[in-house]
Amino acid sequence: MTAEVRVSAAIAPKRRFGGMSGGNARAVIERGLRATMSNNYLVILSGFFEPVFYLFSMGIGLGGIIGAIDVDGASVPYGAYIAPALLAVSAMNGAIYDSTWNVFFKLNFGKLYQTMLLTSLGPLDVAIGEITLALLRGGVYAVGFLIVMQTMGLVLSPLAILAIPAVILIAAGFASIGMAFTSYLKTFQQMDWLPMVMLPMFLFSATFFPITVYPEAIQIMVQCFPLWHGVELIRMLTTGVVTSMIWVHIGYYLVMLGVGVVVVSRRLRALFLG
Amino acid sequence: MSEPVIRAENIVKKYGDFVAVDGISFEVQRGESFGLLGPNGAGKSTTMKMIAAVSTRTSGNLEVLGMDPNTDGPAIRSQLGVVPQEDNLDQELRVRENLITYGRFFGMSHAAVAKRADELLEFAQLTDRAKSKVEPLSGGMKRRLTIARSLMNDPQMLLLDEPTTGLDPQARHILWDRLFRLKEQGTTLVLTTHYMDEAEQLSDRIIVVDKGAIMAEGSPAQLIRQYSSKEVLEVRYGSDKNKTVAKSIADIGERQEILPDRILIYSDNGERDLAVITNRGHHPTTSLVRRSSLEDVFLRLTGRTLVE
Repeated sequence: MTAEVRVSAAIAPKRRFGGMSGGNARAVIERGLRATMSNNYLVILSGFFEPVFYLFSMGIGLGGIIGAIDVDGASVPYGAYIAPALLAVSAMNGAIYDSTWNVFFKLNFGKLYQTMLLTSLGPLDVAIGEITLALLRGGVYAVGFLIVMQTMGLVLSPLAILAIPAVILIAAGFASIGMAFTSYLKTFQQMDWLPMVMLPMFLFSATFFPITVYPEAIQIMVQCFPLWHGVELIRMLTTGVVTSMIWVHIGYYLVMLGVGVVVVSRRLRALFLG
Repeated sequence: MSEPVIRAENIVKKYGDFVAVDGISFEVQRGESFGLLGPNGAGKSTTMKMIAAVSTRTSGNLEVLGMDPNTDGPAIRSQLGVVPQEDNLDQELRVRENLITYGRFFGMSHAAVAKRADELLEFAQLTDRAKSKVEPLSGGMKRRLTIARSLMNDPQMLLLDEPTTGLDPQARHILWDRLFRLKEQGTTLVLTTHYMDEAEQLSDRIIVVDKGAIMAEGSPAQLIRQYSSKEVLEVRYGSDKNKTVAKSIADIGERQEILPDRILIYSDNGERDLAVITNRGHHPTTSLVRRSSLEDVFLRLTGRTLVE
């Protein structure tokens, strides 16, 4: 009965959200970074190159033919038009990859979350930690891509520096929704639905051309999808053509994030504390 | 004098229509080693999950370390060590990293987890594998690492769910030795098992669980005294003949169990009874006289064997 054995080294957390949180999402993030360092940093790099290739191909190739595009009355070179869209897409891809494939594996095969919930962590810590990891990745892509944009002369406004927090917000929105989606999946096959949603969003969300080319009904549909808001948000910041719509775009992502976090922590509670 | 560390009153767990735990009541005292013995599917693991605050009970009262697991999960778990049935080590991390990150989940400082991890690697006899990946470790090593991991937060109570299932005899004995040391240090152990030898080795007190309900409670020796005889004579005649022979030796011993592969005769003197049987001309193909075990207690209580 030595004191050394009896006194637990763990700090007993206060009751938060009825046992949903141990107030230690940081440890979840730390674990993710450690695992990334020792395993799959190459996978992370691959996600960075995809939009860069698109930028080289479309921006330089097509850009030479197309010339400039009209954005709210301002004339923007084609490369500078698609670059912010590709930045938003890379934030989406990074966040979605992390919050779907990675989370699915950890959930169903690695049993990682079960393990975490044997400690003083709560489901909310796990949800917040994992979403933060996904958006950190989105953030890293964003900074890299912005550097590429800057060197190619595609950054038209000093406001572009705000694209970094904006990208993190976009990543957070997608990561939380992605993780919520993944928590309902039972098999790898169901993951095939993902490209069915992601690819059209990528192609039609004013990524490569303004949505004014579509009839009104389709325009409204595109505007319902999250990526369009992300593309417009980033484009405003890097081109400097900012309108009051920016608040709608930001609001859209805040709601997405809020809904995602609530759904994810509820699902984790149902899955592991049921 | 001290408060019990677990107090369960009539706890029930239902999954839809299925009743996994059907009104179990028990108490566990500080420093005690408490076993839940029962076959697979008896409700042992579910009970453990409710204690570990990773499963919410459907009804009944449950107090763990004076708190309610339904609302104080993180606070309770901060004082518990949990060794789950299947090894769920972090495959993306190395051996020592597994301990480090787990300690961090409890909010321990970097310095504290580093020191504790090294102590526990020593305890688990894994110091030379500290930098190894998890995957190539043997089953016994993985189990020891899982136990070391569960001790990172210096838990007041250790919950072990089938701690040695799937291990070879040598690995089991190493593990039992480690658990015995913890018991000597005063750690409260709560374990589930369907191995009677494990329950006998490690538990001061046992509840026998079947179909979600408690069948009996006591120390291993008490249970054996109460529900079984001193010795057991096992005779085998081959699967077809067991039943026919059983009829003509039915009067021997205090009680008999006729299993498909053998006849168990409960008696205070197995050798004497074996002599009686052979004198009647029923020479068994094999015979064995042994001490009564918890397996016999279980058979008596439920009419079924533990490992089926």
